[in-house]
Amino acid sequence: MSKVIEIRNVTAAYGENEVLRQVSMTVNQGEFIVIIGPSGCGKTTLLKMINGLVAPAEGEVLVHGELLTECNPVAMRRRIGYAVQGARLFPHLTVEDNICYVPGLTRKLAKEEKHILTGKMLNMVQLPVELAGRFPRQLSGGQKQRVGIARAMAAEPDILLMDEPFGAVDEITRKGLQEELLSLQKRMGITIIFITHDIGEAFKLGSRILIMKDGGILQEGTKEELLKNPKDAFVRQLLLR
Amino acid sequence: MQILQILWDRRDFFLTCLAEHIRISLTAIICAGISGILAGILISRHKKLAGVVLGIINVIYTIPSISLLGFLIPFTGIGNKTAVIALTVYGLLPIVRNTYTGLTNVDAGILEVAEGLGADRKQQLLGIRLPLALPVIISGFRNMVVMIIAMGGIASFIGAGGLGVAIYRGITTYNMTLTAAGSVLIALLALFCDRLLSAAEKRVNRRYGIE
Repeated sequence: MSKVIEIRNVTAAYGENEVLRQVSMTVNQGEFIVIIGPSGCGKTTLLKMINGLVAPAEGEVLVHGELLTECNPVAMRRRIGYAVQGARLFPHLTVEDNICYVPGLTRKLAKEEKHILTGKMLNMVQLPVELAGRFPRQLSGGQKQRVGIARAMAAEPDILLMDEPFGAVDEITRKGLQEELLSLQKRMGITIIFITHDIGEAFKLGSRILIMKDGGILQEGTKEELLKNPKDAFVRQLLLR
Repeated sequence: MQILQILWDRRDFFLTCLAEHIRISLTAIICAGISGILAGILISRHKKLAGVVLGIINVIYTIPSISLLGFLIPFTGIGNKTAVIALTVYGLLPIVRNTYTGLTNVDAGILEVAEGLGADRKQQLLGIRLPLALPVIISGFRNMVVMIIAMGGIASFIGAGGLGVAIYRGITTYNMTLTAAGSVLIALLALFCDRLLSAAEKRVNRRYGIE
């Protein structure tokens, strides 16, 4: 298995506040990593380090073996999908233009091409093609989230970063989205790094689970490993929920 | 009634004044619009500069318009050129302020997603920030247009053309009807432009889902 992402001893701070201290992790091709932990534990910051939205104060981040500080962050981000809580679709663009946003950053897409791509992506996230001309405000929460994933996947990235992408949708929709994401990942063989604070979601999705607390990785492993050998009371408490 | 009468009787004179008024205002609107939006974009990137620039524009705004025209005479002389400069300077405040406010109030989360997806700074500005700030910018533009048209009436005091000529002539010859007719035309012109821009504003807002 090849290493897709390597994070070595990174530290991050917002002013006085240290949010990550000496964190290291390695992600292999095709893994589904779920990061879980309480609010403020630094999980979002860790995720943003991978696409360079946050620069580490110390340590280094490698994506595809390339040091982030030595490559063009803009070009690199276009190869990494990014989906966040509440989807944050561009409100002034139609579903089609939202989905075609990333491919459109590097070259002008022909109308035909956009239609085909939109159709393909909507199909992938199981939405009817009729939604293509709608604006985000005309969509339900679950539909928005699906379009958000379609937007993240449109440029066919091999890494997908997801920051609590299903946090704002109802339970039933979330179940459906989880199933689809899993099958999507199996089909496409992409590497996913997924943040959640729901242990049920972590167990369901993660091929490996990272438990974070106070700016560090407390324990990592598969569901079985964690359940068998919880490191301390905090982990045990978390696993019980 | 008298006003309608005078408008009809001296229609050639009023038409010339109206055309001149539109020409002066339009020139000032284009100058203030372009430089104001560019200045707004610039200061939205440099927070320190923003305070200084907005401060200066605010101070200029407090100078009575008639004295600003007076100040300019030694430098640019009398006539249309000075009028256009004064109107442009006055028009800057609403458009710079609204462009700045609009650009800086764009949802930071949406901008971060755009950046995270790989948009460079120019793409973020042109594709996301400016379009999302558009409703606020248009409302500033509308403000500016009405102000410039209304203030254009004073420009004739320094020898510029426009409907102010009718007002000024009415005052100096004790012809109140003439003054009123000129004023009414300015008000109508301003109202008409305001309506036009308000329709544009509504269209944009509807598209963005702001009712």
